[in-house]
Amino acid sequence: MKRDNKIGSTKIGEFGIRAEALPDSAPPEVDDSAPHEAAAPASLARTFLHNRMGAIGLVLLIGVALFSFLGPHLYQTNQINTNIAEAHLAPSWQHPLGTDQVGYDILGRLMVAGQSSLIVGFSAAILASFLGTLWGAIAGYCGGWVDAVMMRVVDSFLSIPPLLLALVLASVYKPTIPVLIVVLALLSWLVTARVVRGEALSLRVRDFVRAARFFGSRERYIVRRHILPNIIGSIAVLVTLSAADAILLLAALSYLGLGPPPPAANWGEMLANGLNYAFDGFWWLVYPAGILIVVTVVAINLIGDALREAFDVRLQQR
Amino acid sequence: MLSAQRRGARSPVQTPQRRPLTRRGYVLRIEAMIAYLLRRVPQGLLVVIGVTVIVFVLVHLLPGGPGALLGERATPQQIKVFLQANGYDKPIYQQYINYLRQLLHGDLGYSYQHNATVSSLLVQNLPKSALLVGLSYIVALAVAIPLGLLQALRRNRAVDYVLTGLSLVGYSMPVFWIALVLISLFAINYNILPPVGPSGATVSEVVNQPANLVLPVLTLSIVTVAQFSRFVRSSAIDVLVQDYVRTARSKGISEWHVLSRHVLRNSLLPIITLIGLSLPGTLSGAVVTESVFNYPGMGLLFWNAAAAHDIPVLLGFTLVVSVSVVVGSIVADVLYAVCDPRIR
Repeated sequence: MKRDNKIGSTKIGEFGIRAEALPDSAPPEVDDSAPHEAAAPASLARTFLHNRMGAIGLVLLIGVALFSFLGPHLYQTNQINTNIAEAHLAPSWQHPLGTDQVGYDILGRLMVAGQSSLIVGFSAAILASFLGTLWGAIAGYCGGWVDAVMMRVVDSFLSIPPLLLALVLASVYKPTIPVLIVVLALLSWLVTARVVRGEALSLRVRDFVRAARFFGSRERYIVRRHILPNIIGSIAVLVTLSAADAILLLAALSYLGLGPPPPAANWGEMLANGLNYAFDGFWWLVYPAGILIVVTVVAINLIGDALREAFDVRLQQR
Repeated sequence: MLSAQRRGARSPVQTPQRRPLTRRGYVLRIEAMIAYLLRRVPQGLLVVIGVTVIVFVLVHLLPGGPGALLGERATPQQIKVFLQANGYDKPIYQQYINYLRQLLHGDLGYSYQHNATVSSLLVQNLPKSALLVGLSYIVALAVAIPLGLLQALRRNRAVDYVLTGLSLVGYSMPVFWIALVLISLFAINYNILPPVGPSGATVSEVVNQPANLVLPVLTLSIVTVAQFSRFVRSSAIDVLVQDYVRTARSKGISEWHVLSRHVLRNSLLPIITLIGLSLPGTLSGAVVTESVFNYPGMGLLFWNAAAAHDIPVLLGFTLVVSVSVVVGSIVADVLYAVCDPRIR
């Protein structure tokens, strides 16, 4: 084992934004002690559900999604036109969670806001992991100077604090929802790229890949049968975690006044807006939105943790 | 967990031996250090160059091109003069070289909002942010290390679950909400701390208002504690199952000794790297914290610049902060190598 290899390549952001959340992206470390055949889907699902916290997270997330996407059909409110006559109403039968300063019904607004928070979070995460996987796979597969250049690009982006870059972009471009999806994706593809590249590099020289090549398997077969199943776990984990981070970052941007402008709504903007009245006793403006953000982000994190355990065979044996 | 597991699997089985350092050993160590630095610094330089390229590209991606640097109210005539005077009509590679030359002379641009050079604004505001971030790291480490260790020792027991849950919630709360909760608790309900950050132009003025510093520092450390304690926990769990810990225990060494000499030391090593790596995230948190508490640091200035489309400030600060992140990560790596003789 070459020890010095490790720190030499432990560059900025090996752990990304989330320290322990990420698989190590250290370069080739040939270690064939663990079983490498990717687990069958059925057993993956069983391990995932066996993890009680993961199941709870999944139930919570499905609940939040149903609330946001199905809710508006069951509970119809006007979220476009303001109505000052009904501003700042306390919760009542007519408005179960009261109204805000321009008369929007809070319960209905939470549903609509949830749609954009979830859509922005997950679209950004999926776009980011697609970009990151492509970038990392090319770098890891080509190796050599291509790899070096591509990874320095990732390093450079990683050293820019995400909120700064987001603020610059949101200040320069009009922050509509598609723009924000792209901006947030631009901030979170880096960790995926780094991880995929590390795994691709290390998988390429593992014995079972070498053996497959030795027996005459074609590259495409190797990638599909051996490389992809081994990487897919990390990608799934990263998608969930970056979705959670994207939702939080969107909230921060909205607080700083650079989120999507009204009448579009998201939970972060609602919470930020409610905090303007935090000391006036309008609790219904603050807690519902805040709790929904926390519940969603916690749920996504629980799912991510469970996925990580489901995919990491070695962890189960301990 | 994956990462920690693998790292655990990879680390050698022995605790680093503490041998008395002979003069010869000392020289060898320094030589190894220098060799390591020679490898690490060029990498960092490449990343710095990468950052300058990104910021340079950002300037050209501005709607309206580099002319936007003059602000929204500039006339086409003024923009034309500006573009010619600053060489923005030359070929792109020459522009980049020009840009680098300006940077090397400390010229980061001019803020029309503040009517001052960006570098003078930086000199004024960056130290105050560094103070905020530094203090919050100290608080965060002082809290997160004992917490994480406790969780690792009581793994999968009630304490562990409660703390894990708390840190997950802490991580999932938007920073500005944490800040407002703290304000309403300590400033409104109990009225023991002021709800705004310190004011003043210099670091010493800020330090002289310790009561005003408490809440901003606390806000920023809560997020960091949530991240770090999780990390210390998994890192300590890895160390606890290592053979050298079992050996130490079987030798009959007291548990306190095992923990302080073997477990703590080895599980804290990765924290050094983590501090370097968490810098971008913490600086993002600092922007929000500063704008909540009206803390007069670079985050507040940056936010105001974003609202006012003061692009030179945005780009200059982005560049300097990113470069300091690169430097921070190199320092962290070097410190790691100093502390852990197995690396190098």
